Amino acid sequence: MSLKDVLMPFTAWGNLFKEPVTVKDSRNVEAAPRYRGFHVNDVDTCIGCGTCEEICQNAAIDLVEVAGRDAKEGDSGLRPMIDYGRCCWCALCVDVCTTRSLGMSNEYKWVSSDPEDFRFVPGVDEKSWNDNNKGYFKMDGYDLYSTERVEMGELHPEERDKSFVEMIQGFSKEQAQKEADRCVACGICTATCPAHMGIPQYIEAIRNDDLEEGLRILYETNPLPEICGRICTHKCETVCSLNHKGDPLSIRWLKRYIADQIPESKYKEILETENITKNGKKVAIVGAGPAGLSAAHYLALMGYEVKIFEVQEAPGGMTRYGIPEYRLPYEMIDKDVDYIKSLGVEFQFGTRVGVDVPLETLEKEFDAVFAGTGLHLGRSTRVPGSDHKRVYQAIDLLRDVSYGKEIDLAEKVVVVGGGNVAMDITRTIARLQNKKFGKVNVTATCLEAEGSMPADDEEVIEAREENATIDPGWGPQEIIVENGEIKGLKVAKCLRIFDDEGRFNPSMDMENQKVFEADMIVESIGQAMDISYTDNIKEKLTFGPRGRIQVSPDFQSNIPWLFIGGDIIQGPDVIHGIANGHKAAKGIDKFLKSK
Amino acid sequence: MMLTFKEDRSLFPETGKDGKPVIDWESGKFTKIWQGPVHPGMTGNMSLELTIQGDEIMDCVTHVGYLHRGFEKLMERRRFIQCFPICVRVAVPEPDFNEYCLASTIEELGGIEVPEAADWMRTLLLEMSRLQSFLAQMGGQGSSFGLGLIGQWTVWARDLVLDRFEEITGGRVYHMHMPPGGVRSLLPAGFEARMTDTLDKISGVMEEVERVMLNNSVFKTRAIGLGYIDPKWVDEYGITGPNARGAGVPKDVRKDYPYLMYDKLDFDVHVEYESDVFARTKVRYNDILTTIDLIRQIVPRIPKSGEFMADVPNVLHWKIPYGETYKRAECTRGEYGYYTVTDGSGYPRRINVRGPSYTHAVTLMEKMAINLNIADTAGVMSSLHTYPPEIER
Repeated sequence: MSLKDVLMPFTAWGNLFKEPVTVKDSRNVEAAPRYRGFHVNDVDTCIGCGTCEEICQNAAIDLVEVAGRDAKEGDSGLRPMIDYGRCCWCALCVDVCTTRSLGMSNEYKWVSSDPEDFRFVPGVDEKSWNDNNKGYFKMDGYDLYSTERVEMGELHPEERDKSFVEMIQGFSKEQAQKEADRCVACGICTATCPAHMGIPQYIEAIRNDDLEEGLRILYETNPLPEICGRICTHKCETVCSLNHKGDPLSIRWLKRYIADQIPESKYKEILETENITKNGKKVAIVGAGPAGLSAAHYLALMGYEVKIFEVQEAPGGMTRYGIPEYRLPYEMIDKDVDYIKSLGVEFQFGTRVGVDVPLETLEKEFDAVFAGTGLHLGRSTRVPGSDHKRVYQAIDLLRDVSYGKEIDLAEKVVVVGGGNVAMDITRTIARLQNKKFGKVNVTATCLEAEGSMPADDEEVIEAREENATIDPGWGPQEIIVENGEIKGLKVAKCLRIFDDEGRFNPSMDMENQKVFEADMIVESIGQAMDISYTDNIKEKLTFGPRGRIQVSPDFQSNIPWLFIGGDIIQGPDVIHGIANGHKAAKGIDKFLKSK
Repeated sequence: MMLTFKEDRSLFPETGKDGKPVIDWESGKFTKIWQGPVHPGMTGNMSLELTIQGDEIMDCVTHVGYLHRGFEKLMERRRFIQCFPICVRVAVPEPDFNEYCLASTIEELGGIEVPEAADWMRTLLLEMSRLQSFLAQMGGQGSSFGLGLIGQWTVWARDLVLDRFEEITGGRVYHMHMPPGGVRSLLPAGFEARMTDTLDKISGVMEEVERVMLNNSVFKTRAIGLGYIDPKWVDEYGITGPNARGAGVPKDVRKDYPYLMYDKLDFDVHVEYESDVFARTKVRYNDILTTIDLIRQIVPRIPKSGEFMADVPNVLHWKIPYGETYKRAECTRGEYGYYTVTDGSGYPRRINVRGPSYTHAVTLMEKMAINLNIADTAGVMSSLHTYPPEIER
């Protein structure tokens, strides 16, 4: 101890003459810009996916209904409600928010005598910090799950431009598990899928490497996983919550992954369908497309004796005769159908109902009939020259290619249409031209402008990779015919497709015209149905707008024994067909049990 | 003339075969009193059940209280990412070590490589955490001997560090800035200048603390020779950090088992040999100066941009393969560690927290309290620097 030790403490008195550091009005101190204060939510961006609720370890978040917000495609209509009796301001909810709508303001002062105030819906309930832009939001470069898709292996354009070999190679186990890992299991996809497939559940099965469980989940709602896993229009992916800040999940390829891994010979054992008790009733199905196959599958499981009448020589409907093999190999259709056959479903091919077998016969011989006859007729532009013999319907050509017939292929072809079928025929022609002439000269044109074509973006991109020309935004005016030969398609720039009332009424800039040179034209502007088999009972049926037969939610027509579904009711779309078939099967069962 | 408490206080009572004092309640010479709980933020929610004779403690039983219990079990029932809001509460004044240790066990078991920028950020956050925790302890140490002014100064200085935490992480106490895989963000613009200003202010405060506390005859009189830790206890009881270094044992995880970026930094481990409260206070004082210097070294080396978060599996269903690991870090009180066991599921099979408070507050305090004057108990307790939630975790 020293004198210094006695004197030094008194130096503290020197602080008497310094400016005090006390904050004068602590209530008005602003928090740091990134402070984790009270929650905010952009409710217009939020889709109510519930990921915030899922991660909250305090169970401080509930998804609740909000007045004026209804569920719609891609939006559950629910919004997070925060309970500040539980919240610990960890901000993990902000970190995992799939849309980046949820954040925290840097406001931290709030006084209320009502405890209920501390449970509120951010962005909906009036709070003073709702317009505060400062606060904690997820930083770019910081993610708690991958926002990028696992790349899908596919054939290089040079490898696929002359062949019909399947171009998408499918996931390996590692790839599938990595992609499945990205799923946040929000279920927005399930709500949107017409068949309401248990998508998060089968994706979880992939993560758990339990593919048998995955197959069981697939077959609960979809008996065509190989088909659907390849060519489904994947509305689920469009609404996938990951789409909002990254790539949507490859749901379609994941579904395909499950089905691809399991041989058909094991299906009955896995799905426990080795012994089905028959109920002695019979159902006839018209058309072996997705709707008919789906209805047949579920009816067979219920014990019905099912017979499918199909006009073509093989099952699959539009999936076989409208979709090229490079997208959907025939053996994959066969795999799905063979399992359905193994359940006891009978097929009678080459039989046109209404011609070879009258509908009345089916009524007599069966307890109920389901018709899912599809859209097998093409539509014409009806522009001058469209009656030329070298003007074809895409659907007819695709069918011929499926049958292995040689088509009347020209060196210069123009396809009219911008949907997926148009891309299918364009790419098919490109392959055939490449094989036959060693070069590609096919152009697809449509009314819709670039970026708003009805075809999937990937279809357009891949068509261009295969050297097809896609020139959208033109309306066909005339097919130029000279000396009996087609010379080209005259088009005018399309200004708009729909009028002010939203009706299809295209208008053209006639000052801006050009000619696509061609020896052959293929029209692909939509398909029509052929329901001539109902001619004898037509007066008993009710027709709705666009000439479609009106059916109940069970797909029962006005004639109680006749159920109708698929593309002719709700298409064209394979997953709608499957969903229709499933619902119709349940409807038929209900109808027959109540008889 | 200086007053001391150097007289031998260990004449009575006798000790039994178990080494415990023989307390004859019938004799009427002994009284049982409870010290604490006082303040939940420091050591206060921990209570000492004291058997005294006069003002001298004959026996001591520690009770860690009911604040923040059962963290390990809570974590075992949550997904890995959900453990983070829990783990930070294991040691309220030093949440970052829990975050770092847990995150690094998950990263090792899950095979995640953390970007270098994140490692720099983590090093900064851990040193900032050490700084603010040391400052809080320094104030508590002074206050336990009646030097309230030290508390006012160091708690203000600590608040300046919390301001810097707030601007990086958005939180003042629970930062949660080190999820497995990296950090939530890099430094905000202009941070270096503000941090430098903060460190300058704290350095100024520390000069005053040295004059008013370490060169204070009253403090010295009470602290020197008080709360002696026998160096042989260090290994015997698992004593680490300043409590070991004050006893002449240079234990420091940053040097002994370098982690993060410590092997790229220039610093010394401070050792004192007297092993009393004063020696431990001096070690902590020098540690504060070292930490200030380390932060000055770290901040300019943190990248301004680039990757700061690894590509981690989806945290909502991250399953970690079977395995076990132990990760440690040097907190203000010594070795902090997380022993994590995984069984391939989405939940930790076992998380065991190795907090320095358990050994220091329970084993050591019960030993050191014997023959202590009641008035010195708080000072000794404070010099051990313990956080009760870390004990009953």
